[in-house]
Amino acid sequence: MNERLKVKKTYKLFIGGAFPRSESGRTYEVKGSDGGFIANACMASRKDLKDAVVAARSAQSTWASATAYNRGQILYRIAEMLEGRSEQFVKEISASEGISELKAEREVLAAIDRWVWYAGWSDKLAVLAGSTNPVSGPYYNFTIPEAMGVVGAIATEKNSLLGLVDAIAPIIVSGNTCIVLASGTAPLSAMTFAEVLATSDLPHGVCNILTGSKEELAPWFASHMDINGLDISGVDEPSLVSDIKTAGAQNLKRIHSFSKVQDPKRILAFMEAKTIWHPIGV
Amino acid sequence: MTTFDYAPALESRTIVTIDPQYGHFINGSFTKGSNHFASINPSDETVLSHVALGSAQDIDTAVDAARVAYESVWSKLSGKERGKYLYRIARILQERAREFAVLESLDNGKPIRESRDVDVPLAAAHFFYHAGWADKLDYAGMGNSPRPHGVAGQIIPWNFPILMLSWKIAPALAAGNTVVLKPAETTSLTALLFAQVCQQAELPAGVVNIVTGDGSTGAALVDHPGIDKIAFTGSTEVGKAIARAIAPTKKKATLELGGKAANIVFEDAPIDETVEGIVNGIFFNQGHVCCAGSRLLLQEDVADEVLSKLKVRVAKIRVGNPLDKNTDLGAINSSEQLLKIRELSKSGDDEGAERWSPPCTVPEKGFWFPPTIFTGITQAHRIAREEIFGPVLSVLTFRTPQEAIEKANNTPYGLSAGIWSEKGSRILWAAQQLKAGVIWANTFNKFDPASPFGGYKESGWGREGGRHGLTAYLKDAESNNE
Repeated sequence: MNERLKVKKTYKLFIGGAFPRSESGRTYEVKGSDGGFIANACMASRKDLKDAVVAARSAQSTWASATAYNRGQILYRIAEMLEGRSEQFVKEISASEGISELKAEREVLAAIDRWVWYAGWSDKLAVLAGSTNPVSGPYYNFTIPEAMGVVGAIATEKNSLLGLVDAIAPIIVSGNTCIVLASGTAPLSAMTFAEVLATSDLPHGVCNILTGSKEELAPWFASHMDINGLDISGVDEPSLVSDIKTAGAQNLKRIHSFSKVQDPKRILAFMEAKTIWHPIGV
Repeated sequence: MTTFDYAPALESRTIVTIDPQYGHFINGSFTKGSNHFASINPSDETVLSHVALGSAQDIDTAVDAARVAYESVWSKLSGKERGKYLYRIARILQERAREFAVLESLDNGKPIRESRDVDVPLAAAHFFYHAGWADKLDYAGMGNSPRPHGVAGQIIPWNFPILMLSWKIAPALAAGNTVVLKPAETTSLTALLFAQVCQQAELPAGVVNIVTGDGSTGAALVDHPGIDKIAFTGSTEVGKAIARAIAPTKKKATLELGGKAANIVFEDAPIDETVEGIVNGIFFNQGHVCCAGSRLLLQEDVADEVLSKLKVRVAKIRVGNPLDKNTDLGAINSSEQLLKIRELSKSGDDEGAERWSPPCTVPEKGFWFPPTIFTGITQAHRIAREEIFGPVLSVLTFRTPQEAIEKANNTPYGLSAGIWSEKGSRILWAAQQLKAGVIWANTFNKFDPASPFGGYKESGWGREGGRHGLTAYLKDAESNNE
């Protein structure tokens, strides 16, 4: 009796709502903790990053102009979709990161809850970071936090799913669009997560996910003139951090690294304060 | 026919005593300083005084003094007591306001009307506002017991010398930092007078240190390993150099940089008020304003009317002696800046734009540039893209509101913008679309210590003023977030 041959998944990139291969044609082997072959992941190129930035930029104003209520519901929808596929993520993370299913499950459940946490922030940010300012004159003056634009992120190596969520959720909840480079050693759950995003009513281009080499791509993230901000929490090497900050100075990119998770400062770091004056009079 | 004109109404300069030479203000007293260079009055090119060129050694001494003051005195003082020092400073600035205003106009070239009514009162207000924060930092949105960074290195420009000093020093001190401040090369005198205010306020030695000098002095300050936080106001070019310089370090930075603000006039704007707003937007402080409304965007239907009324109004601008209380437009701050304005204006001529200035005579001596309006401009013209930092207005037109927003946002800068319209929904819509940190609707160039100021994109990092500005001088109690 022939045993049924398993249909394996081809892992690709996630750009503008589509799943293209890297234009470079490059892939790299993803191995399990036992050293065995699991799959080929795309080795994204500078050109793939450029395409992702174009997708992110063209999606940004529409995403930012969606109501906060609407964005919150879409983020919550991501949690719903992730919940429904949690078993698949548990298996995938357990295999690729070599951790027990129990531990993997804890990460997946935390990731789901993280989406719920961030979803609730969408319509509370202005209360947290906005103000009316009592200027000394007949003017109504107020400050509102506003999405910055297009933000890049280098996700952490460890906790491939949770690290990815910690990168994406705080960037997009405010109305930014993002390009995130997934964990280099464990990129597969990131691409499976892209399937969750693709079925969550998230407009195309709001979140774009690349896999590949941090050393190769992070400097291109840093020097890209149409990326406004960059989360480099996944970059540990001091020399690479320094190179990124140096390259980012060219357009005064807002570059941040975070150690704390589930922190509204991660959201506010990629927002701009806008202050508006208007005279008061009859 | 008899024409009536304003008789001169000169503000007396006798209220100000200027020493022939100044050193640096380090650790509570003045040093002798070395390599002194002349600080001149830009309105007549006379030498006002000689100020010291700060060396890396001077910076080192000042940073050490600030560090010792931070460790031994300032960080140990309660917020309440820190606040009381700031209140004292605010009061002394008010008491000596006229002296500061006259000195500022002498050193900077700005009209006494502006230094007296804007710069100095606002400087005092900044200290008064931030004094009140000093014992309320737990409510600044940074969690309980947020901490200061330590020693702040601050570099300020020449366009609003005492005001920029107060924007920098007041929040830094309120948050519990000590500072080393470098004033601009051409405008050190009010900063040195402020050092005397610190002495009168009995501010502990080393909490405020002032080192005069040029770009090399500023670079030494940025590079000094004892600095925890940089605050810079100036050009985008230097801002980027600072960002690169601190890339390998843990230093934090706030950068207030250039701008090329659009001032958008919709067809339903109140024309007379708008004309006043345009004039205030670009000719205030000789146009030496990073947030100046230097790109006027006129909706086609009203363009001719606005432009002709604007020319009538601009022809009434009085250019001349900064100490004359009737003067509207003072001297350009330096020969270097004058050359830059001339060069960019010439590029406007060369690229085919139409230049207009009212008939106006300017003094023989000193640095002067008449109020100037360029029309027939496209977005590709240099004068529509580059910051001129002078009394030069570039006029463009648009048909639809969408086109106005596209043109307004078509710049790497994002500091400020203006909107003129009587329609509330249109104002709010435009304010939402504009990528700029400060938006003036039916007004322009208004500033207040309670109002956050700062830009998007290449106009800089962070905000100054309000709660937002204060947080730039604080770090979280617990987290390591940057």
